[in-house]
Amino acid sequence: MNRLGKFAYLTAVYLFFYFPIAVLIVYSFNNSQYSLIWHGFTFSWYQQLFADTDLQLVAVHSLLVGVLAATFATVLGTLTAVSLYRYQFYGRKLLHSLIFILIVSPDIVMGISLLILFSTLKITLGFWTLLLSHITFCMPFVSVTVYSRIIGLDKNIFEAAKDLGATDFTIFTRVIIPLLWPAILVGWLLSFTLSLDDVIISFFVTGPDFNILPLQIYSMVRLGVKPEVNALCSVMFGLTLLIVLASQLALRKKQ
Amino acid sequence: MMPDNTFKRSSIVAIWVWLTLFALLPNLLVLMTSLMQQGDNELVRLQLTLNNYWELFDATYFKIFWHSIDIAAVCTLVCLVIGYPFAYFLARTESRYKAILLFLVIIPFWTSSLIRSYAIVAILKTHGILNSVLLDLGLITQPLHLLYSGVAVIVGLVYSLLPFMILPLYANIEKLDIRLIDAARDLGANRMRVFIRIILPLTLPGIIAGSMLVFLPAMSMFFIPDLLGGAKTMLVGNLIQNQFMSARNWPIGSAVSIILTALMGLMLVIYWRISKNRKEQQGLL
Repeated sequence: MNRLGKFAYLTAVYLFFYFPIAVLIVYSFNNSQYSLIWHGFTFSWYQQLFADTDLQLVAVHSLLVGVLAATFATVLGTLTAVSLYRYQFYGRKLLHSLIFILIVSPDIVMGISLLILFSTLKITLGFWTLLLSHITFCMPFVSVTVYSRIIGLDKNIFEAAKDLGATDFTIFTRVIIPLLWPAILVGWLLSFTLSLDDVIISFFVTGPDFNILPLQIYSMVRLGVKPEVNALCSVMFGLTLLIVLASQLALRKKQ
Repeated sequence: MMPDNTFKRSSIVAIWVWLTLFALLPNLLVLMTSLMQQGDNELVRLQLTLNNYWELFDATYFKIFWHSIDIAAVCTLVCLVIGYPFAYFLARTESRYKAILLFLVIIPFWTSSLIRSYAIVAILKTHGILNSVLLDLGLITQPLHLLYSGVAVIVGLVYSLLPFMILPLYANIEKLDIRLIDAARDLGANRMRVFIRIILPLTLPGIIAGSMLVFLPAMSMFFIPDLLGGAKTMLVGNLIQNQFMSARNWPIGSAVSIILTALMGLMLVIYWRISKNRKEQQGLL
């Protein structure tokens, strides 16, 4: 295909990606409840959004679970990547495959399996069940992100540290973390976003007392297209945009 | 001096305890639930049976399965047809803006698919932007009822899942050794032949990884048929959700989930076979 054709094709796909989101954002500023016609620019939907105390609580829940889940998932995922790379142990291959399977596995399968687990153990659905579930589904993504970077490291560094008397823990904190922090940070950001966006797993594992943003958005969206929802979705999109930007900058820094 | 293994041991133990408790055990419980009976007072009665699986051959369930596979297959195919050339151009471009172009694909990959589905609802609804543009252009005289149809579901699924097809393909095509293509051209192969005999086989792992990441969620993301298909479209995801939340028949829901897991297993085996032949590392994401 010639250059023009390629350019046109790429543009068309990018338009497909961004046009609906652009429409969503534009209409979140439209000064009319129902109309498609432009009635002038307004911030009122955003003001309503930020004044809504119920929604504030739900947002706090989401951020709390997101930060905690991302942090624990990052610790576990990084340890997994490091163990897979550095150690030979019984079940290493199985662990490698399990991480891969957890990434490919449909969310709904994980959602109901955790629901059955919590119901068997008679744990009330809410904050804790949600947190445990989010850590579990984020952790494989961290481990893959960190692993893809760790394989690029020079193995001799570890040997050198060992010869100089460093324990494995010292190597982890003084060698691995400083060298891999961009990947670890990206893992954290990815987990945070996954946690903040997850509908399917959360749908099964949270209780009525602990609502979170994606489920709140889901119930709002089911009721139809409204400017408040547009505004909320635009805010979430803006947040994601910032996070992706941060992750790309982190990765670029070390290259 | 004995080497200090505390760090190694405690990491491996922590990882395995976590994954056993929250990944292996839950799935074992799903398998067990799928072999139990629905209880009258409690959710599950502890009595072994294969009935739940037999019931899945019932016409209603079977139709839902077939319909899901149909929709997911169409969606995967559309993603492949749109995504393959896109990933190819992107991986091969020598543009200065390549990093930005790639970045623009990563953004939708990270953006909530619920929000992206909602954006599609806003576009397709009867008084939505698409209908008003088409009306203004005089291409149609009546607004089209695009929402709440099978087509809307496929559009929503493709929109949500296209990045999951493009990124594995991009990673695969990027690694492709360009000298192989040059060699084939030098030896007299035409473009078509180069594509079929060289490029396609070498990018097969990417095609399968992408298809897996599109096909499985397409069957199971229940909120997309819910928002875009109305009550008309019920996919496997909706069936499971329904059995767990409203019908309260956990054994049947579990059996459906086991079938879905088995389907995933089958796709994984194919993927591993093919990527092992190519000596590929696990370069899925």
